[in-house]
Amino acid sequence: MISNRRLVLAHFWLAFAVFGLAILLGEWQMFIRSPLHGWLHNPDLYYRSVTAHGTVMGYVFPTLVAMGFGYAICELSLDQPLIGRRWAWVGYAMIIVGSVAAVVPVALGLDSVLYTFYPPMIGNAFYYIGVVLVVVGSWVWVVLMGVNLNAWKRAHPGAPVPLPMFANVAAAYLWGWTAVGAALELLFQILPVALGFSNTINAGLSRVLFSWTLHAIVYFWLMPAYIAFYTIVPRAIGGRLYSDTMARVSFALFLVFSMPIGIHHLFADPQVGSGFKFIHSVFTAMVTIPTLLTVFTICASVEIAARLRGGKGVFGWLKALPWDNPQMLALAFSFVMLGFGGAGGLINMSYQLDSTVHNTQWITGHFHLIFGGAVVIMYFAIAYDLWPHLTGRAMQDLSLIRTQLWLWFVGMIVTTFPWHYVGILGMPRRMAYFDYSAPGLSGEGITVIMSTVGGALLVVSALLFLLILYRNHSASRAETTPFTFSRAIHEPTSLPLALNGLGLWVGLMIALTITNYGYPIAQLIGLHDAQVPAVFIGGKR
Amino acid sequence: MNGDRPRLISLRNPWFTASVGAISILFVFTVFVGFVWLPSAQNDALFKGLLNAICSAAGVPKAWLSEASPPIQPKTPVSSVVLTPDMLGGASSGGSIGRGATLALRCTMCHGARGVSAANTPNLAGQYAPSIYKELRDFQSGARTSAIMAPMVVGLSDQDLSDLSAYYASLPRSNAPPAQQVHSEPNIVATGSPMRNIAPCGSCHGDLATKLGAPWLGPQPREYLKSQLEAFANGSRHNDISAQMRNIARNMTADEINASASYYAGSR
Repeated sequence: MISNRRLVLAHFWLAFAVFGLAILLGEWQMFIRSPLHGWLHNPDLYYRSVTAHGTVMGYVFPTLVAMGFGYAICELSLDQPLIGRRWAWVGYAMIIVGSVAAVVPVALGLDSVLYTFYPPMIGNAFYYIGVVLVVVGSWVWVVLMGVNLNAWKRAHPGAPVPLPMFANVAAAYLWGWTAVGAALELLFQILPVALGFSNTINAGLSRVLFSWTLHAIVYFWLMPAYIAFYTIVPRAIGGRLYSDTMARVSFALFLVFSMPIGIHHLFADPQVGSGFKFIHSVFTAMVTIPTLLTVFTICASVEIAARLRGGKGVFGWLKALPWDNPQMLALAFSFVMLGFGGAGGLINMSYQLDSTVHNTQWITGHFHLIFGGAVVIMYFAIAYDLWPHLTGRAMQDLSLIRTQLWLWFVGMIVTTFPWHYVGILGMPRRMAYFDYSAPGLSGEGITVIMSTVGGALLVVSALLFLLILYRNHSASRAETTPFTFSRAIHEPTSLPLALNGLGLWVGLMIALTITNYGYPIAQLIGLHDAQVPAVFIGGKR
Repeated sequence: MNGDRPRLISLRNPWFTASVGAISILFVFTVFVGFVWLPSAQNDALFKGLLNAICSAAGVPKAWLSEASPPIQPKTPVSSVVLTPDMLGGASSGGSIGRGATLALRCTMCHGARGVSAANTPNLAGQYAPSIYKELRDFQSGARTSAIMAPMVVGLSDQDLSDLSAYYASLPRSNAPPAQQVHSEPNIVATGSPMRNIAPCGSCHGDLATKLGAPWLGPQPREYLKSQLEAFANGSRHNDISAQMRNIARNMTADEINASASYYAGSR
């Protein structure tokens, strides 16, 4: 039972509203760069759009989804009212204020620095202050999740922490620690310049600090999807979770391995030694372990559901799955996209192979397929599953939901596969226009048109999604059964200390941050030659 | 102490020993491969030896090429002016405008009484101070050659140059033409030509954005702009840092040079 429905709904609705706006920007960016449109005579419009699209989709949207879902999980799995409800609203207000403070100067063209900040480019300080506010607002949630878990543990000494809450708090701690990198960059490198206290910036150090955040943030985006894989999908399709322990180990390993790997974003940066790049490359490869553990566990859980429904044979059970169930459909689409995106990711994380695709459209394709595809489609699934419990009304548009999920899947494939292809051919990302009149590029125009068409499908799907959620608010009232999470085949009665709390894994995360980031950061702090003049964006024309 | 209660951080907790142990082994192994083995495999004398291998892999700054031959000196003098964002930034930090105005009396015969003239010389009124300063320094050092300008600046001190720059920067720009005369910018100004490595003129010289040291081009005499682009293209002007403008002008067609010069001469 969720006692704070308004809190959860407020987070979800704000998340999906800004998502609906930002996706329009994304489609516009594809359109104006395609041969369907002439060259943009003011490229800054494109960079404004990219900055807003990235800021909303990277910081605001997933953070709000994780927070809203987290508050719901906290009450549903611990069966206790949320402690710190007022603080939760304070955090929510900070995110609204921060988002407005960030997006207004971007729209005015004062901050076309992209959501990765790209020092030594420096824009208007309000953008950075807005982003800091969003992060601080989300830290309120991080603290509340820890407080609520600890209160429950004190009230239930020795009892196993419910898996959803274990995973939820893992996500919160991961975010709490990984956001420190970008926060340090903003507070000690970028803001002093943006506020006029300094004219030079240590761009290399800033980029290393951002990489601290940049990869683990992806796993923070991923966490709600993984929580849904383990705790919603098996129940929704009538099965059981194959292994509770495997789930906990996966979340613990995500906590450990998603942090000390960010330098794989800096393979082409000269300020980091090749030895550290190699270490980060190897640790990135370790992330495949919890990923494959999850794929295995969820496939096994799905097979249980199929066999319970009378499925037979080595592969024959696949036919017995409830394919008309939106959760089943979303899971299957998510795994297909995760598979392709993950395979592409193996190229990006490999120190040598990366050089063939570095900063090309391949990268854009990769993170859209993983985040926009595999993860966001599970955000949809979470909303569909939770909505009747938030509104108290029945979800009636099942066929519309299936259409929406299909459109999202097809749209994402059509958008991102051409990006991967032209990325291998060397098409750079973040260009305001491509010169299709050049002989070598004329053949690539068609791929950009394909991505534009895929983007249009995604826009239609997003609008459908918003429509379905909106219509549910006026559907007929229904007596909903109490919300439950998936049950494991062997439900834990007692757990080893390591799997009933996150202390060990948080400790390892911090220790690996020190070993893998300590020297590069310390070295760059001491390297005063590394200060470069800031390049001010959006100043006088 | 309390031997009965299980503790998380304890050698008797297999979860602790296994996770910390496995990650430590992984870390030590990757450090060995990344810092010792792979760099040692480099077939370069500078990377030989354990310490060199580790230092190179850690990215320790070192004068790797100190033993190699010194850099080749250019045949012609090049600009040695260093511009920083806070240089000559405002009236307070820059030179004295009043003193600059007195010094500028010697400039008026070509550049006009108030920094605007019809003599096909650059209009200086409202030009960015760092841009004027850099050109004056280059005329002094010979990085930019001019039979007229060189004797004019030969006796001026650094403070004189700052004051002159501040004075001209403080003057109002010549009147912009009415809005209906502002025609849309040609492609070379708005978009450049990415496949020929030509950035849009407007991304440095105003309109889209400005960059430190790049002069404001509107309104400048068409003949002056055209002759300078051609001088960059054929290399006779060579005081652009890192040959930025030479590389751009060399790749521009005659039509593009005409179009950009006409645009900046007449549009504002």
